[in-house]
Amino acid sequence: MDLHKLSLKEQLEGLKKSEFTSVELTSHYLKRISKHDEKFNSFITVTEENALMQAKAADERYKKDKSLPLDGVPIAHKDIFCTKGVRTTCGSKMLSNFEAPYSSTVYTKLDEHGMVMLGKTNMDEFAMGSSNETSYFGPVSNPWDTEYVPGGSSGGSASCVSAELAPIATATDTGGSIRQPASLCGLTGIKPTYGRVSRYGMIAFASSLDQGGVVARSAEDAALILEGMSGHDPKDSTSLKLPSPDLTKNLKDSIQGMKIGLPKEFFEQDMPSYVEQSIQEAIETYKSLGAEIVEVSLKNINLSLPIYYIIAPAECSANLSRYDGVRYGYRCEDPKDIEDLYMRTREEGFGAEVKRRILIGTYALSAGFYDAYYLKAQKCRQLVANDFTNAFESVDVILSPTTPGTAFKAGEKSDDPTEMYLQDIFTIPANLAGLPGISIPCGEHGGLPLGMQLVGNSLQEDKLLQFAHSYQSNTDWHKKMPNI
Amino acid sequence: MNENLNNWEAVIGLEIHVQLSTKSKLFSGASTNFGALPNTQACNIDLAMPGVLPVLNEEVLKMAIKLGTALNADINSPTSFARKNYFYPDSPKGYQISQMDKPIVEGGYLDIETESGTKRIGVTRAHLEEDAGKSLHDDFEGQSGIDLNRAGTPLLEIVSEPEISTPAEAVAYLKSIHSIIRYLAISDGNMAEGSMRCDANVSVRKKGDLELGTRTETKNVNSFRFVEKAIQYEIERQVHEIESGNTITQETRLYDSQNNTTRPMRSKEYANDYRYFPEPDLLPITLEKDFIESVINDMPEMPNEKKERFVSKFSLSNYDADLLAADKDIANYFEEVVKISDSPKLSTNWIMGELSALLNNENLNIKDSKVSSDKLGQLILRIEDATISGKIAKDIFEKMWISGKEVDEIIQDEGLEQVTDDKQIEAMIDEVIKSNPEQLEQYRSGKDRLFGFFVGQVMQASKGKANPKQVNDILKSKLEK
Repeated sequence: MDLHKLSLKEQLEGLKKSEFTSVELTSHYLKRISKHDEKFNSFITVTEENALMQAKAADERYKKDKSLPLDGVPIAHKDIFCTKGVRTTCGSKMLSNFEAPYSSTVYTKLDEHGMVMLGKTNMDEFAMGSSNETSYFGPVSNPWDTEYVPGGSSGGSASCVSAELAPIATATDTGGSIRQPASLCGLTGIKPTYGRVSRYGMIAFASSLDQGGVVARSAEDAALILEGMSGHDPKDSTSLKLPSPDLTKNLKDSIQGMKIGLPKEFFEQDMPSYVEQSIQEAIETYKSLGAEIVEVSLKNINLSLPIYYIIAPAECSANLSRYDGVRYGYRCEDPKDIEDLYMRTREEGFGAEVKRRILIGTYALSAGFYDAYYLKAQKCRQLVANDFTNAFESVDVILSPTTPGTAFKAGEKSDDPTEMYLQDIFTIPANLAGLPGISIPCGEHGGLPLGMQLVGNSLQEDKLLQFAHSYQSNTDWHKKMPNI
Repeated sequence: MNENLNNWEAVIGLEIHVQLSTKSKLFSGASTNFGALPNTQACNIDLAMPGVLPVLNEEVLKMAIKLGTALNADINSPTSFARKNYFYPDSPKGYQISQMDKPIVEGGYLDIETESGTKRIGVTRAHLEEDAGKSLHDDFEGQSGIDLNRAGTPLLEIVSEPEISTPAEAVAYLKSIHSIIRYLAISDGNMAEGSMRCDANVSVRKKGDLELGTRTETKNVNSFRFVEKAIQYEIERQVHEIESGNTITQETRLYDSQNNTTRPMRSKEYANDYRYFPEPDLLPITLEKDFIESVINDMPEMPNEKKERFVSKFSLSNYDADLLAADKDIANYFEEVVKISDSPKLSTNWIMGELSALLNNENLNIKDSKVSSDKLGQLILRIEDATISGKIAKDIFEKMWISGKEVDEIIQDEGLEQVTDDKQIEAMIDEVIKSNPEQLEQYRSGKDRLFGFFVGQVMQASKGKANPKQVNDILKSKLEK
């Protein structure tokens, strides 16, 4: 049986009905990984032994009728989530040998739900990148065409789910790192409201923007897992004091009479005609499902990219200071003194993109520049958030493309950071405003998939998933998988 | 350095770091106990492991609110944290979580007693921050060790206005802060263990000048005496530099207590641009009015209030009341003694005199006094009711200290009760006069000074037990005959 063709929900049902065991399901994926991942490089670490142990334990629980909510279903974790006993690299040479002495809340929650970890997925170094080319462990390729990038920074997570090497994967999103690779790999990727998913044990890039989520093959699968990883965590002071939301309850409800906002600023921009056409078709589909289309204005949205490229580097410049070679991680050979230890450890341990952002952030926070850059960026960030607040007074969700186009070729943008940064032009605003966003497949061009983005009001992940599910119940884009 | 310091005046501001006596650290659950084996009290958060996050220990908010109230300051709400960025091996995150724009305490003052009366010193702010670990440079040949046990211990940094003018005022201010934090039980204030540390900002200017001179910051001053000496040294050094035609460099200096000097820190030891920005891992904290009020209601009587009460209720002098009230334990002891003795003045004298001498001798805290407040109260009561004389009382006190016995027990066992019977005293006087005919002759021929001789003889004959006033009166009348 092609177990990987079953949706996650079907896999869970199959396990419950003893149609197959978790060991069978897990072994099936492990075999696929060992057979195919050489082409994609989507895993940094495959935890085969550990996975089979977890699977065996799940099977035992099923036998004893003591199963957990997501028992025995495999998952891949982005290598940004600390997992005790397994190395956590964050895609960096700096942490290439780092084994965390503790586990992230996300891992712990899903583990407590019975999920089986297949391994840790590749990513841009410290989640900085939009093509998964900055990883110390080598670039990841797009299963639709290996000459193309899978997007980033959660490129490994997107690539492995798209190649059906895992039924679902965790991911993180600071400026689009879940939604952009989901779009480029033909997947459903959701970034919840800031504070929904605990950041404890999720290695920080930009603390006020980082948020964990998932890449999945459907909104229904995403809802199941996101529910399992959400909820208040006293170990994260920015975690919302709310219980895990019920994301499957309203999933199948009709969107009849609900309103979709189209931000005119997005559609005034030049975009390839195939993007426009795909989005237009998606809008028509939604209309046919009873949704009302309304034009909205996000008048400060053009500030998003510059705001992001002040705030994210500023926060990362401090967040990455702890990698100094003193306590753990990479340390340079034979340091002369403490200065030399710092300089060479960081020079040798970080890649070019990480260093670039640390430099930008350090500059933006420097005496004499703070007010002009960081403080101004924070004020503008509030303006962007206000635009959304106003827009959500009249609409339920806001629709746009997820990315300016389909995947690009490896190497095509890696020498031009500003071109690369434009990849996130549609996704960044939701991070700035802390809002939930989802990307769902809505078309293709030249054999490569393309996604559309829905952004919801704060805490309305359920509504986003409802919109996504409604679309996916009436279209087949999300069912298309690459031939690998 | 013998310049004429009289032409100069100093402008001094103090930054006092107070280690708060919470059980666990500011942002982690690790213990704050002093003296554990290196790195045994540093958890993943203190070690700045990848992915860890700070969670505020809310106990510190109460402590800061109490301090702010005692300093007559405003409590900021919301109050927020900021990152102070610098690289140093004992700063594991590469930044310190501190407060910048919205410190929890802002704009207060403290009145101190100086030679020329009461002086008000402004308190700019007090903010919460985490302590660093320790670098150990001597224990490893050619290498440095890092001990992160102290990393993350909560500190309150109390910043004064530059309104202190002399080393003595600086010490008075520091002692006053020390007294307050001890009263509030928010810190043990132990300067030797580093639970209270002081940095002094010092500049000098010609008397009458309005413009401030360039200041230096002297760090590492870890006793009241060193604060006085370090500031004195720094004032003299700066005056000397300026009078020699040099300029003062704005810099951070370290106090060397062995040589009583200050020296500039290497520039590596501090950074110039800390690139402060709001801590994104901690949201601003709103302090509800009810919460603040409940914390304030929970505060003990403060030293200045206690002092005023001692003056008005016990008619003590300002000086005595200040001395007693400065230490909560001494003040409590005093009040317990007075409760029994009913004699505030005599109780003060005994506590400040005999008791404090013996405590100092044995390096004891008043809480560990070998004579309890009850027992001292009884002793004073016996002086007051004339059972014993003050002189005998001193002997008895020493015996109480050694034996732990009650005053009445010693009086009884040793028959030390004062002789107050006129007949007995008369008999003793008659005997003394009879045995000293020559002195009697001389006295009666005008040598008044010999009166003291007779008193001494009578007291000796009574083994000190005769009531001195009665001896005086009776002796006078007998000698005149």
